[in-house]
Amino acid sequence: MSQIINVEHLNYRYPQQSESELTLHDVSFSVTAGEWVAIVGHNGSGKSTLAKNLNGLLAPVSGKITVDGQVLTEDTVWDIRRKIGMVFQNPDNQFVGATVADDVAFSLENQGVPRDEMLKRVADALAQVNMSAFATREPARLSGGQKQRVALAGMIAARPKILILDESTSMLDPEGRADVLATIRQMKADSDLTVLSITHDIDEAASANRVLVVNDGELVEEGTPAEIFQHGPALIKMGLDMPYPERLKAALKRQGVTVPATYLTEKGMADWLWQLISNK
Amino acid sequence: MMNKLIFGRFIPGDSVIHHMDPRAKLLLSFYFIGIIFIANNWPTYVLLFVFTLLAIKLSGVKWSFFINGVKPLIWLILFTVILQVLFSASGGHVYFHWGIITISQLGLINGVYIFCRFVLIIFMSTLLTLTTPPLELSDAIEYILMPLKVVHFPVYEVALMLSIALRFVPTLMDETEKIMNAQRARGVDFGEGNIFQQMRAVVPLLIPLFVSSFNRAEDLATAMEARGYQGGEGRSKFRILKWQARDTWATLAFAVLTAALIFLRA
Repeated sequence: MSQIINVEHLNYRYPQQSESELTLHDVSFSVTAGEWVAIVGHNGSGKSTLAKNLNGLLAPVSGKITVDGQVLTEDTVWDIRRKIGMVFQNPDNQFVGATVADDVAFSLENQGVPRDEMLKRVADALAQVNMSAFATREPARLSGGQKQRVALAGMIAARPKILILDESTSMLDPEGRADVLATIRQMKADSDLTVLSITHDIDEAASANRVLVVNDGELVEEGTPAEIFQHGPALIKMGLDMPYPERLKAALKRQGVTVPATYLTEKGMADWLWQLISNK
Repeated sequence: MMNKLIFGRFIPGDSVIHHMDPRAKLLLSFYFIGIIFIANNWPTYVLLFVFTLLAIKLSGVKWSFFINGVKPLIWLILFTVILQVLFSASGGHVYFHWGIITISQLGLINGVYIFCRFVLIIFMSTLLTLTTPPLELSDAIEYILMPLKVVHFPVYEVALMLSIALRFVPTLMDETEKIMNAQRARGVDFGEGNIFQQMRAVVPLLIPLFVSSFNRAEDLATAMEARGYQGGEGRSKFRILKWQARDTWATLAFAVLTAALIFLRA
């Protein structure tokens, strides 16, 4: 199996940081073609920074990044960006096109793909994510999950070898999240796509072949999801989330509120809170 | 909130006018504003009205939309008309004279003509915006600006900016609504008190909106770069505009109208 991503001794510092600080410190890892790797870690641990270094959105202080046999330099950055598709956190802020089809076509327009080919690829990609019926819709009339699926369709159309998900499901409701994850699994099944997902979501991390744990800009642990999940409560320290209602319950408990023992959905939790307040 | 904006609002439909090439619609609308100034007597104005009303009829859009288009501008129009009636060069029978103010037969007729001009222009431009999706309009503007490439005007970039701006209008509207609700929950009264109090209530609305717009812009720029955007050159186009027979017919109709106006004018 060939290595599709290889990162050696990567150091990164934001321009506004002082000389002694580093957001990423001596990070080295590699990803095999076709693998699904999850990167987990706290907010501010440097996982998004790491992702943005991989396709040259940020330029490292030192270190070497090789993607699909090409070393990342100023000359190769656009080639490498073609190979890497990236889906970001906020569904609204990455929707460039005025309609669904326009947005899917955006990467293709950038690559100068001829129009006939573009029409075909856009239609195919939308069919794959089940959004064909929405081709002429405006983004304002889509749900968050639908917008992220459109973003994925944009990736399918552009045919990258690597897909980076930068907390792509974190702003979605559970249903949207499940839809998006199912779409990604489908995409992976259809082609030998390599997936790198940065996430707090335990389901998403569980879908991976391998989990990397980033803390304070350093790679602290690496293993299969089963190995990592054995840590139990320490998972939270690693930046994996308990579901939101559970976290809220834990916080209320610390305040001395008696909380129901059964698992509640967000909606159920809200109802329960209303009752609690009105009974007071 | 969006319902208050008649200008720039698109009413989906299936008429000939809806299906016209946006370039044709945009150029002919501007052309119409030009030829209105040929009209200078009753027959020519009647002809222009018949033409405009026919176009509206053809579009299948309800009349009320056009009336609503005139409403917000009615005071501006009346003000202009009154100035025209009171101060324009007089002629014909003089009804009233005091200092520099003169109400004459010719002044009154001129006032009515100006009123007609305003209404015609508003009707025609409302027809343009009601029957053309904003995105198509921005495409049309891109084509029309194309000659400016010669002087290194960034036509593609401006067109992309325009389409992104249009795409973010509903997003920012939603956001405004959300911030307003958040402020209301904290006891802010919008639309209450005198004009200064109302203006002050808007400040805590604008600041978060500004901050979030900048964040959005930064995210969007990152996403665009990640998707390989390197500026307008060398891009292919997904949306293209097609000039069809109906656009040629529309152009011919305007040519005939122009000829008739020149023939009928005094």
